[in-house]
Amino acid sequence: MYRETQILNDSTAQLAGPDGGDMVINVGPQHPATHGVLHLVITLSGETIKKVEPHLGYIHRSIEKMCESLSYRQFIYVTSRMDYLSAHINNHACALCVEKGLQVEVPPRAQVIRVLMDELTRIASHELWWGAMAMDIGAFTPFFHAFRERESINDIMEETCGARLTMNYMVPGGVMHDLHPNFQQRVKDFLQLYKRKVSEYDELVTGNVIFQSRMKNVGILSADDAVSYGCTGPVARGSGVSCDIRKLHPYEIYDKLEFDEVLETGGDSFARYMVRIREMNQSIKIIEQLIDNIPEGEFQAKTKAVLKLPKGEFYTRVETARGELGVYILSEGGTTPYRIKFRSPGFSNLSVLDTIARGGKIGDLIAMMGTLDLVIPDIDR
Amino acid sequence: MNAGKYIRDIWNGFTSLLKGMKRTGYYFTHHKEIITQQYPDNRNDLKLPERFKGEVVMPHNEKNEHRCTGCQACELACPNGSIKVIFKNELTPEGKKKKAIDKLVYHLELCTMCNLCVEACPSDAIKMAQTFEHSVFDRNKLTKILNKPESKIMDGVE
Repeated sequence: MYRETQILNDSTAQLAGPDGGDMVINVGPQHPATHGVLHLVITLSGETIKKVEPHLGYIHRSIEKMCESLSYRQFIYVTSRMDYLSAHINNHACALCVEKGLQVEVPPRAQVIRVLMDELTRIASHELWWGAMAMDIGAFTPFFHAFRERESINDIMEETCGARLTMNYMVPGGVMHDLHPNFQQRVKDFLQLYKRKVSEYDELVTGNVIFQSRMKNVGILSADDAVSYGCTGPVARGSGVSCDIRKLHPYEIYDKLEFDEVLETGGDSFARYMVRIREMNQSIKIIEQLIDNIPEGEFQAKTKAVLKLPKGEFYTRVETARGELGVYILSEGGTTPYRIKFRSPGFSNLSVLDTIARGGKIGDLIAMMGTLDLVIPDIDR
Repeated sequence: MNAGKYIRDIWNGFTSLLKGMKRTGYYFTHHKEIITQQYPDNRNDLKLPERFKGEVVMPHNEKNEHRCTGCQACELACPNGSIKVIFKNELTPEGKKKKAIDKLVYHLELCTMCNLCVEACPSDAIKMAQTFEHSVFDRNKLTKILNKPESKIMDGVE
């Protein structure tokens, strides 16, 4: 908090006034446009942004410390509460890391189920982002259109995993239950629904002139900045940085699948928007390849009742809807991890906000933040 | 200032607005595509999937018998400490002392519905129920005892 007072002290000398002094305003932590408890201290000159300082810690739950007291089966459920919109993918990363330590071979059926669930989660996450993004800009209707398709994904999840948001479906060695008998049919229904409705997205939002003029050439992030700030996911791919973990370091069966890494070169808000829209189509493509080819067999490998990782360090990474999620486990050979560290995509993506917002107008700030697709519990953990 | 561009911008704005309004008008006139549920009104025929994780229950048969042996596997598997097994000593017909469960205390207010206890149970004594309306005025009501009073362990379950 000391930095906040410093800005205030610096600026009170020439505070406010029509003669062009700086002004400090706070957005959040209880502001509907920040999608959670994020606190931004913004220094303004007129309506031009001079500095954006995010303040974190309002939803810190010390998840990393909590995991140290939980066993390798138990700690996975906590990670659903980090990035709750891609809960499956978080659980997947943890399960992969434990499997790496145990050297367990995951059955092919479980691998396919995991990838299917991951891609469904990715679509659901991008749907919600699309609705929230349009709402940040000021369009209210798209939010409901997005939730209509997301609802059918949630129904699929509810039927197979037993929950809609925090599923805890991935366990070390495979998945918790087998697929529900209705699963294939319902996913096919969803694919049809999605293809019928996806044109509405372009009609309502993408093609809209007001939307385009608010997104194009706003919040430009250069490729160098994206790399030096450690941005991953659609934020970096919007600037033309190739960083899709599914392509570069394939896990599970991603190396056998046909899909493209979506890249845009604009680097502005609209490029980041288009990356996510096109990424949803790639996820649909992956699901179409797999849905009729789910191999028969076990859905869970045989593991011991009490899991013990050998002494050493283990690191795995996956591509969540927001970027690269890394899980680092330091094991001392016991039943609980000695230290766990999560490298969350949201934290690096938030740190770039100051760079892209500087020199922009205050009215565009919320739109820029929307394109970063921040989930605050993922940043604070 | 280019007058042609100015007029073209207005025209583009107008047509893109019309496109969006066409979509809105479509849903305004097609009520069958609306998918919202009237929740409290449809309570009677609302059916949740059988795997839905609402709360942990212990099924009893008609003779008031359950399958819980008191092995504490669920208590160990629970990440939040929401399950507690309390024992008592019972006398068998031969006059020997035998350990049996007295109460299986379940704290619904701590439970995160992760399903790990159900997975850990070796004798299928507990399962997830599909109830979801858990709100109460007094939080003590959320601490539940899963085995019914006077209930016994089922024959043949070890």
